[in-house]
Amino acid sequence: MSAIVIQKISKSFGATSVLQDISLTIKDGEFVSLLGPSGCGKSTLLRLIAGLDVAERGSIVVGQHDVTRLLPKDRDLAMVFQSYALYPHLSIYDNIAVPLRMRRLNAWQRLPGVRLFSRLQQKIEREIRQDIHEVAATLGIEALLPRKPAQLSGGQRQRVALGRAMVRKPEAFLMDEPLSNLDAKLRVHMRSELSQLHRTLGATFLYVTHDQAEALTMSDRIAVMMEGSILQYDTPDEIYRNPNDLRVAEFVGSPRINMLQGWVREGKLEILETEHTTLSRSYLDLAVDAPHGLGVVVAFRSEQCSLVSAEQAVLKGVVTHLENLGSDTLVHVSIKQAKDHVIVRVAAQAPRVKLGALVGVSVSMLPLVFSEQGPRLTVKAAWQVAAPATLAPALETA
Amino acid sequence: MKTLKPHAPKQRTKINWAPLYLLGPALVLMVMFLLGPLLAVLGLSFTDYQLGAKAFNWIGVENFIELYQDKNFWRSLRNTAFYSVVVVPTSVLLGLAVALLIEAQKSFKDFYRTIFFLPVMATLIAMAISWQFILHPTFGFLNLLLKEFGLPTHNWLRTEGLALWVLAAIGIWNQFGFNMVLFLAGLVSIPRHLYDAAAMDGASTAFERFRLVTWPLLGPVTLFVVVITAIRSFQVFDTVAILTKGGPSKSTEVLLYTMYAEGFEFFKSGYASAVTIVFLVIVLALTLIKTRYLEKKVHYV
Repeated sequence: MSAIVIQKISKSFGATSVLQDISLTIKDGEFVSLLGPSGCGKSTLLRLIAGLDVAERGSIVVGQHDVTRLLPKDRDLAMVFQSYALYPHLSIYDNIAVPLRMRRLNAWQRLPGVRLFSRLQQKIEREIRQDIHEVAATLGIEALLPRKPAQLSGGQRQRVALGRAMVRKPEAFLMDEPLSNLDAKLRVHMRSELSQLHRTLGATFLYVTHDQAEALTMSDRIAVMMEGSILQYDTPDEIYRNPNDLRVAEFVGSPRINMLQGWVREGKLEILETEHTTLSRSYLDLAVDAPHGLGVVVAFRSEQCSLVSAEQAVLKGVVTHLENLGSDTLVHVSIKQAKDHVIVRVAAQAPRVKLGALVGVSVSMLPLVFSEQGPRLTVKAAWQVAAPATLAPALETA
Repeated sequence: MKTLKPHAPKQRTKINWAPLYLLGPALVLMVMFLLGPLLAVLGLSFTDYQLGAKAFNWIGVENFIELYQDKNFWRSLRNTAFYSVVVVPTSVLLGLAVALLIEAQKSFKDFYRTIFFLPVMATLIAMAISWQFILHPTFGFLNLLLKEFGLPTHNWLRTEGLALWVLAAIGIWNQFGFNMVLFLAGLVSIPRHLYDAAAMDGASTAFERFRLVTWPLLGPVTLFVVVITAIRSFQVFDTVAILTKGGPSKSTEVLLYTMYAEGFEFFKSGYASAVTIVFLVIVLALTLIKTRYLEKKVHYV
């Protein structure tokens, strides 16, 4: 169990640069997720740490050892692959035994038939057997040991892949989207199981995923990656509530964060009217510390806003779609100033709105403001679009 | 009794002819060109029929008894076995080795693939004639080359104990390209992540990776290649017919050449049919081993 310190790692394939000066510190025993869309370089970073690819620049330290130039087998890290990567010709027992045999037996002892006359080999094999049964018991896969991978379900194979990684008690676990080949229900179940496993083992986990829900539910910290660099590295709460970049805000959270387009006008925020026939502009009483004329994006989450009557609201539009989630309903409102539909989360017991109704949207918290290029801007004053108190009665007619 | 089956259906149901119509053409061709001749050969092997004769007698298993006592037949069987024992492992291993080398290459893959596959595409008879010139004792390229380096020369195809080796070498040259192509296809189908897993598990040398991943996952391909090569080795005929005609002193006489000589040179059709039956039984046995026993052991999915 060790910390992993990555410093200024760069990697490119041919002319395309995949990772640029990545630095990341993972504490001993921490569960860290690398979160990002496909092609952001998160898997490449994991492969560099594993030693399956070699970085052009930078260093990787695991525990006390600089492993940057070491072979994968000398790094003492274990990896779980998206496709499980079990050896199809070996039984589950032998699959889990491979990492132990490769390390504890020499080339001569691994030859077939040596067990017939080498006492030492027999002794080592007995120890291996014990370790395998221990791991199999932890994962509840003892009954599967004599079977072949092809005879197992996806979830069972996933457990075996975990077992193969766990069995030699590595310094840290590297996981490359291990749950994405499972069906939705099993995926949710395995999330809690992985968290539990992390707590039991107390080991360092580095988990690559493109699923923000997985990252949010399991991690101690999340590193959000885009286009080869880390945008934000923080706890799930901070990533969700305080994204430091528009791309982070957009990527994390479901449903997607609501975004309005606007600009800065003499230190104040102005929301764009996209309809050119009216020249009216929506001014928001928000002071931002940014140069005049800068294009900005105002963002708020679906649970940070509510439906109000259309008359008093600056943000108003027509209900275009309703998503009933049971516990609550997502109301999609088509608003001119928004980049896309604004999605409002409404509690199930709240009065129902109809498709096509004209509604206003009120934002109940200070929204996040980003420059169009991505970085977060600081907002000084309070947000006042419409007073929430006046709204509830008006809605019943909608 | 009639009352027991008041609603008994009509026993004569209409035969549905459509499937038979559809099967018909293929069935006719198979009977004409495969099953028919096979049965004819089987029948002939129990007769003393001679090519061109107007009549024949049933002589039971006499042909097979004669075969059993025929030293020449046993010699030809031994030669065929020897040829196969040399050609099968060598051309399989060589095919695998070349495939691994090509797969490890970064550039010129297509070039190497093509030149190693050329012998497979060439007409073996034409190639055999080329080999005849290369191996010619006086003006052959090989002997001239050996002379140039001061090495002893040989009459390659007329020396007992050497000629069969030379034929085997030509057989290997002719067959390994085919095996290489099959192995290349097999190598491409091995998932890359298994090599990653092997690297994480501690397999760091090329040999360890080969033993842990490549070799076991090539199992189905290897089995297919071995069986195909074995069957083709048992069928060796062209090179023997062109280069040695079974000589010198029958030292390169192989099963199919014996069959040909008995049937079309001595016109003993019944006897030749018996040889053919022996040949067919061997090929059938190989195929059965492949399907019944080995395939179960090497397929994973």
